[in-house]
Amino acid sequence: MADVLKKVPVREQDPKVRATNFDEVCYGYNQDEAIEEAARCIHCKNAKCIGGCPVGINIPDFIAQVKEGNIEGAYQIISESSALPAICGRVCPQESQCEGKCIRGIKGEPVSIGKLERFVADWARENGIKPTPAAQKNGHKVAVIGSGPAGLTCAGDLARMGYDVTIFEALHKAGGVLSYGIPEFRLPKDAVVAAEIENVKSLGVKIETNVIIGKSVTVDELLQEEGFEAVFIGSGAGLPMFMGIPGENANGVFSANEYLTRNNLMKAFREDYQTPIAHGKKVAVVGGGNVAMDAARTALRLGAEVYIIYRRSEEELPARKEEVHHAKEEGIIFNLLTNPTEILVDDNGWVRGIRCIRMELGEPDASGRRRPIAIPDSEFELEVDTVIMSLGTSPNPLISSTTIGLDTNKRKCIIADEDNGQTSKEGVFAGGDAVTGAATVILAMGAGKAAAKGIHEFITKKYQ
Amino acid sequence: MYKIVDKKLLAPNIYSMDILAPRVAKAALPGQFIIIIVDENGERVPLTICDSNPEKGTVNIVTQAMGSSTKKLVAKEVGDHIKDFVGPLGKPSEFIHEDIEDLKKKKILFAGGGVGVAPIYPQAKWLVERGVEVDIVTGSKNKDLVILEERFAELTENLFIATDDGSYGFHGMVTNAIDELVENQGKKYDLCVIIGPMIMMKFTSMTTKKHGIPSIVSMNPIMVDGTGMCGACRVTVGGETKFACVDGPEFDAHQIDFDEALRRQAQYKEEEIKKDHEYCELTGGMMA
Ligand SMILES: Cc1cc2nc3c(=O)[nH]c(=O)nc-3n(C[C@H](O)[C@H](O)[C@H](O)COP(=O)(O)OP(=O)(O)OC[C@H]3O[C@@H](n4cnc5c(N)ncnc54)[C@H](O)[C@@H]3O)c2cc1C
Ligand SMILES: Cc1cc2nc3c(=O)[nH]c(=O)nc-3n(C[C@H](O)[C@H](O)[C@H](O)COP(=O)(O)OP(=O)(O)OC[C@H]3O[C@@H](n4cnc5c(N)ncnc54)[C@H](O)[C@@H]3O)c2cc1C
Ligand code: SF4
Ligand code: SF4
Ligand code: FES
Repeated sequence: MADVLKKVPVREQDPKVRATNFDEVCYGYNQDEAIEEAARCIHCKNAKCIGGCPVGINIPDFIAQVKEGNIEGAYQIISESSALPAICGRVCPQESQCEGKCIRGIKGEPVSIGKLERFVADWARENGIKPTPAAQKNGHKVAVIGSGPAGLTCAGDLARMGYDVTIFEALHKAGGVLSYGIPEFRLPKDAVVAAEIENVKSLGVKIETNVIIGKSVTVDELLQEEGFEAVFIGSGAGLPMFMGIPGENANGVFSANEYLTRNNLMKAFREDYQTPIAHGKKVAVVGGGNVAMDAARTALRLGAEVYIIYRRSEEELPARKEEVHHAKEEGIIFNLLTNPTEILVDDNGWVRGIRCIRMELGEPDASGRRRPIAIPDSEFELEVDTVIMSLGTSPNPLISSTTIGLDTNKRKCIIADEDNGQTSKEGVFAGGDAVTGAATVILAMGAGKAAAKGIHEFITKKYQ
Repeated sequence: MYKIVDKKLLAPNIYSMDILAPRVAKAALPGQFIIIIVDENGERVPLTICDSNPEKGTVNIVTQAMGSSTKKLVAKEVGDHIKDFVGPLGKPSEFIHEDIEDLKKKKILFAGGGVGVAPIYPQAKWLVERGVEVDIVTGSKNKDLVILEERFAELTENLFIATDDGSYGFHGMVTNAIDELVENQGKKYDLCVIIGPMIMMKFTSMTTKKHGIPSIVSMNPIMVDGTGMCGACRVTVGGETKFACVDGPEFDAHQIDFDEALRRQAQYKEEEIKKDHEYCELTGGMMA
């Protein structure tokens, strides 16, 4: 019998093999493994894990169903709270959410809640089980801007309540970061993302792609001319930041967004697609979040030797633990406590290297993390031909600047009530990265859910 | 899917197409552009809006078949569909926010080069429809490549057609034509709008700077999303980094770092040539 203090191990592609392909790294549990892992859950009366899940999935109950082999039952329980379980099971930072609160984690490893959720969702998809649409339409029209996790969740919840929902998406494909940002090897596009979007559509949600709100049509026009009674803004935080150091506009310097979009959305890694991508030999990725890990592991798969350059230490890396672990296994080289000061450019304007300075950690800053301080005279050069900047993103002002009476804060984030998504403008709600700045899939979903409730209350009140 | 409702050959390898896209047609303003994806495997290709008809719901684009994507586009016929069509993108030309009476007092020159001749049409038309007079200079390699002459002639009597080889109109490039107008014909301009290949915009900007004419260029860097999400379209304007797709595409011509822009535009040259060869082989060299 396996060690009850440890998670049932999950099968993965061999690091050497997967470093050369874009297939999914993690195979997930099969039914036997899932049942064995489910047995580790002690079905706590006061289940702390639920409080760690931003959408409040009834974790002990769904796991109990898995234990009994009733996977469909488990799926129905998850579906009450989440529209995108196959995605969350794969990309949630479980260690700081549900699993971080699990009782089992006090002495030993927590229950592998994410992997169990993924198993249930994958099983449901493979067995053709879909969420149940509303019995009756209520005739009220709601517009949702953006088809990322916030928009999809809000739209799905409203459709289930009977609303006539249209999602407007600026890009040619739905999914937001799930489609353009997170790579295939972590989140398969056709098998998982497209399938979960189909589920939302099967609830009756319409998705109009290639519509940029603020350009093709404005929020005010949607409300006044197109008959929508409320609008939800889930436009994400898509604007990439740069460092402002010399050489940043050289040929061979990209934002992680550009690099990942070329590869994931435009499928540049496939010969039969037309969009080109830089195939660097030595690539430096600046940053330490999920986005940096994704860019680094993509460059590795395109054939490069890859360095992560991050100014704090391993402990502060904001990426999911699992991604850091996978990146190391695959051979990504971590240059921690290091900060770039200049990108070195050759005579033709192409990157030839990156100059960095070593850092040490000082006193904790406002974020509670220890502040990195440059060590004098510690500069050195690293020879690279490509640099990918992954320094974070901020919300795109396209909507806020074209909507009358929509307030934003200093960071260009839309101001919205956490409980119901209400913004400063009547009938307009917002949530996800557009409100919080870059965060997580599940927090965006939580915000989409809260706003769906807020919109329902708003419209119900109007007709009382 | 977006239907092609009209297609015309304007000159060898240069095509005009009307595409059905009602939302874009309704919202389009002078100076803006769209992005198309021709088919499932296609890339996102930015093209300037050359005209739009909100009643019919159509948007006009003009393109020169250069690489694999534009060749695939011009191979489509009336009745065929284009997979994606999104816009209008970018900021409209600044003058549309100006007072018309003030504009009427200004002498405005449009300078278009090559396929960039087409996108000056909507801007000039917008002004002429509001009673503002404009002069227009177009530059083409030779007589065969002169496009849209009749449509421009409807807008102004002061239409100067230049050809590099002198086979039609003025003998010389756009830069020479502007020198001729200012130095020999005594013309004075308060504003020049320059649209064309990056290299033409660079040299034309230098010419207008020499003559002290405030100028605007419409930048055409490499783009991916066109919504401010990727930063591929970075250009340096007055020492600051701008995203051409959301901050532009039109900028003060005399503030642009053209050498950087030219270099950045060539970033994917090798890959593009490779994809183009693959496409030619696929089509049996028919399109090359
Ligand atoms: C590379 C990468 C890896 C990540 N990895 C993880 C991870 O492992 N785990 C995790 O939990 N989180 C991760 N995140 C963060 C997570 O993806 C985001 O927090 C989440 O997607 C935010 O959801 P959203 O719905 O608010 O916005 P987005 O997912 O950003 O979706 C917004 C959508 O709105 C569209 N849009 C924007 N403006 C307009 C407009 N004007 N008109 C119409 N449509 C518009 C956009 O095109 C986009 O499709 C990652 C992010 C990135 C970039
Ligand atoms: C805002 C904007 C507006 C534009 N408007 C028009 C338009 O109205 N009509 C039109 O025909 N083209 C226009 N372009 C250029 C057009 O997008 C490119 O020509 C096209 O992407 C080339 O794709 P391709 O695969 O056919 O050629 P590629 O194989 O990609 O390139 C063929 C050749 O064109 C050069 N090239 C690549 N990208 C550009 C570019 N952005 N500008 C100029 N040369 C380039 C390459 O270096 C190469 O020599 C515009 C570009 C931008 C950014
Ligand atoms: S949705 Fe995320 S946080 Fe919630 S239970 Fe699933 S993996 Fe945990
Ligand atoms: S805290 Fe852990 S053991 Fe307890 S119910 Fe939740 S998953 Fe099961
Ligand atoms: S094209 Fe991506 S930001 Fe401009």
